[in-house]
Amino acid sequence: MQAPGLYIHIPFCRSKCPYCGFYSIAATSLIPRWVEAFKKEAALYQERFPVFNSLYLGGGTPTFLEISTLSAMVGHIFDSFDFAPDSEITIEANPSDLTREKIEALKDLTFNRVSLGVQSFDDRILAFLGRTHKAKEAEKALNALRDCGFENIGMDLIYGFQGLSHNKWIDILKKAVTFQPEHLSCYELTFEKRTPFQNLKNRGEIRPLREREACAFFVETSEFLEDNGYIHYEVSNFARDEDRYARHNSKYWNHVPYLGLGPSAHSFIGSKRWWNVRSVRQYSEALERGQAPVLEAEDLSEDQLRIEAISLGLRCAQGFDLKHLSDDPGLYERIAGLEDLGMLKLGKGRVIPTKRGLLASDYLALCCAD
Amino acid sequence: MHKISNIRNFSIIAHIDHGKSTLADRLIQTTGLVDIRDFRNQILDNMEIERERGITIKSQAITLPYVTREGEAFEFNLIDTPGHVDFSYEVSRTLASCEGALLLVDASQGVEAQTLANLYAAMDYDLMIIPVINKIDLPSADIEGVMEQIEVDLGLDSDSVILCSAKEGTGVEEIMEAIAQQIPPPTGRVDAPLKALIFDANYDPFRGTVVSCRVFSGRVRAGDTIRMMSNNATYKVEEVGFFRVKREEKDSLSAGDVGYIIAGIKTVRDTAIGDTITLNSDPAPEPLPGFKEVKPVVFSSLYPISSDDYSSLVDALDKYKLNDAALVYEKDSSAALGMGFRCGFLGLLHLEIVQERLEREFGQSIIMTSPTVEYHFELTNGETVTVDNPTHYPEPSTIVKALEPYIRASILIPERFMGAVMELCLDRRGVNSRFNYPTQGRIEIQFDMPLGEVIFDFYDRLKTVTQGYGSFDYDLLDYREGELVKIDILLNGERVDAFSHIAHRDKARPRALHICERLKEEIPRHLFKIAIQGAIGGDIIARTTVAPFRKDVTAKCYGGDITRKRKLLEKQKKGKKRMKMIGSVTIPQSAFVAVLKSENK
Repeated sequence: MQAPGLYIHIPFCRSKCPYCGFYSIAATSLIPRWVEAFKKEAALYQERFPVFNSLYLGGGTPTFLEISTLSAMVGHIFDSFDFAPDSEITIEANPSDLTREKIEALKDLTFNRVSLGVQSFDDRILAFLGRTHKAKEAEKALNALRDCGFENIGMDLIYGFQGLSHNKWIDILKKAVTFQPEHLSCYELTFEKRTPFQNLKNRGEIRPLREREACAFFVETSEFLEDNGYIHYEVSNFARDEDRYARHNSKYWNHVPYLGLGPSAHSFIGSKRWWNVRSVRQYSEALERGQAPVLEAEDLSEDQLRIEAISLGLRCAQGFDLKHLSDDPGLYERIAGLEDLGMLKLGKGRVIPTKRGLLASDYLALCCAD
Repeated sequence: MHKISNIRNFSIIAHIDHGKSTLADRLIQTTGLVDIRDFRNQILDNMEIERERGITIKSQAITLPYVTREGEAFEFNLIDTPGHVDFSYEVSRTLASCEGALLLVDASQGVEAQTLANLYAAMDYDLMIIPVINKIDLPSADIEGVMEQIEVDLGLDSDSVILCSAKEGTGVEEIMEAIAQQIPPPTGRVDAPLKALIFDANYDPFRGTVVSCRVFSGRVRAGDTIRMMSNNATYKVEEVGFFRVKREEKDSLSAGDVGYIIAGIKTVRDTAIGDTITLNSDPAPEPLPGFKEVKPVVFSSLYPISSDDYSSLVDALDKYKLNDAALVYEKDSSAALGMGFRCGFLGLLHLEIVQERLEREFGQSIIMTSPTVEYHFELTNGETVTVDNPTHYPEPSTIVKALEPYIRASILIPERFMGAVMELCLDRRGVNSRFNYPTQGRIEIQFDMPLGEVIFDFYDRLKTVTQGYGSFDYDLLDYREGELVKIDILLNGERVDAFSHIAHRDKARPRALHICERLKEEIPRHLFKIAIQGAIGGDIIARTTVAPFRKDVTAKCYGGDITRKRKLLEKQKKGKKRMKMIGSVTIPQSAFVAVLKSENK
């Protein structure tokens, strides 16, 4: 079994971005109680996982926490769980939080990777997305991270809405690569459930991209970044080289075990998956009663693991192992048909999606999961 | 106490939704036969589908004890009849078993086509008619108006009308008294040879076929050997009795009685509705009149969605037919859909019922092809062939003459819809129209119309254009010459035989276009373009395309997304089981249904 990853969900933000579907709240008064609850939750899982080789603080906005709070948490994490020496230790960061002082503190807390929520390099777009930072702040933060010696920087960008032309997007990508980030996540804007953006879409005030447009953006992004030396290794993810793939996030796509702590966090090991309540209050109350704040759990059958492996694999450049295919008669013939359509390639015992295949990954999963 | 003079055999006749089952429930309740606690609505409608659709599919009988106000004890035999034109023969056999009928008319809907059709049928059997206006509790009730319709449209004495609300129980006792006072007792001698009319048969998994019958003369008891007069098959009677809510065994059934016979008859197919049962040892000289073989008029093929399920479908049909003698079928196969069955039905409702029951009660996932009627073709070699399956459409150059079945359609509507209904009937190639004006403001239109035009959504359209006020009834007339063609549907150039059908030449193009459009709506996008074409022979007469899809991937998939994603995939996999692969195109089951639906939504 590959070494597991530890995810900590920090459910606090300065303000909620209108497109974001992740769980977070802006009520800082709950932070102290939540930190105590978090320590209790960590204690529940002590000794139950082997040595980790990745830690990921996500959210929410982890950098929104005070240095003292972050430091107390990280200290507790390292006291409670064992990590391999070469572990990837990531924190998601908001550009406007990254003062010189905070960056130094992150370095001291042994973070060796920062995933920066840049989103765009255009102030009007940042305002549309409801971001509180300006493009200049992001640029400053990127430079500051480099100056302080961070050698593994990831950058998140968003495309796929009205007002962002192809030219503008390419300009943003050009700007992004000047900072030579080791990792880039380029997300097409998704209209998540129960978000203000979804309401706007339902009212017709924001129009999602037409399929043809979305495909064009996807292909342009992929080709531009590949031309600039990046590997397009997952639907929305690019890395400078294989060592710079997001180690922790890749675990989600490869059925490598992970433990998720914090409200709404998901955990997976073997055939078991479980997830926490989506509420700081309920989370804290459960732990104060001495109970795990688990909302639901599932035990996956062989077949469920198999079809997950197929559907997750089809989102990745590496595809999935042929061993996951069932012996359904005619399946290979149908896969050959998809190969003829330029959706898949077969090689090295794996089924590998092409770029067009990545775009139709859900459909391909339905075809391959027979 | 069991005297023929104290037996009353009656049925309730009504247009659909006029409250027949509710009234039956109420009559049963009044007799105290069923404990209130055990009572469920529509007690005679045993099948789930009957309760759900509010229709009666099979005839049912029940013997009700009743003591009049004067203290005289009676046995009432209520025989419930199916209410739809598809089952008009069953209705006629039921009526033949009665001496009287309650004619039920909805107080707000008034007299409708089936009210008339049923009344005429009841009059053919000289039944004593007791008119009942039901649903008088409704705010929209127009008792005066309906009274007038009963008097003028139906020619019945409005003084004899009983006002009733089956829902609230008002008027029910008056109805019971009227049955005792007005309906004549059955006649028939117990010492004459046995003549019993079969009006229904049901399958009981433990006892075999339970035959429902009315005894007209003689007597039958357990141990007798009975003979079916239509085919001379003989059976030894195991049990006879009355229908209470459950079966109640009796020593014998005598002239005047309505009850059941169990005689080791394996399937309902071995009995024929309308047949006469007599005693083998002392046979009646001639059977009761009116027997005919029921012939299917609508045909469709039936296939399992997954060809692996063929044997399970064979099983299901074998079981199903035990209880539905009207369904006929034989093996069939289709290039597109594999092995299946060609089935004959009494009508479109019968077809829908078979489909629904096979799916719900027998767990089958099936596809049915476009229903068609039976065509006759005279060929150049002098032969005449009968075709009930578009696949067997003769080579066009060999056809001298094509003949299609015609019906006489009777449509009763408020006058204001006349224009719309005329237009609809003419559009469906109706000819030779006649009009009757039974009462002020109402009109009865009769048309000769090709049956093939009627089985295709005619009734739905009629309901739409008359805002629900139109009612419809029909009789088969004859075969007439028509200019027929076979329409083929091609998906990416490949003919899908299951979508082929026969149509009139003038209708071919709009029909083909309609089917193409419907398929376009139903067939999900694929990774490649799908051309849908309608063709007569080599001529393309209609076309649409399903554009390919290019993208469905979601931008993010992290820890919290995986379970949701898998559940969606599992759901889609299940949905895919209900789809049919034809060539490289996946067609959902709903597409096969959709092509049958109305052109105007």
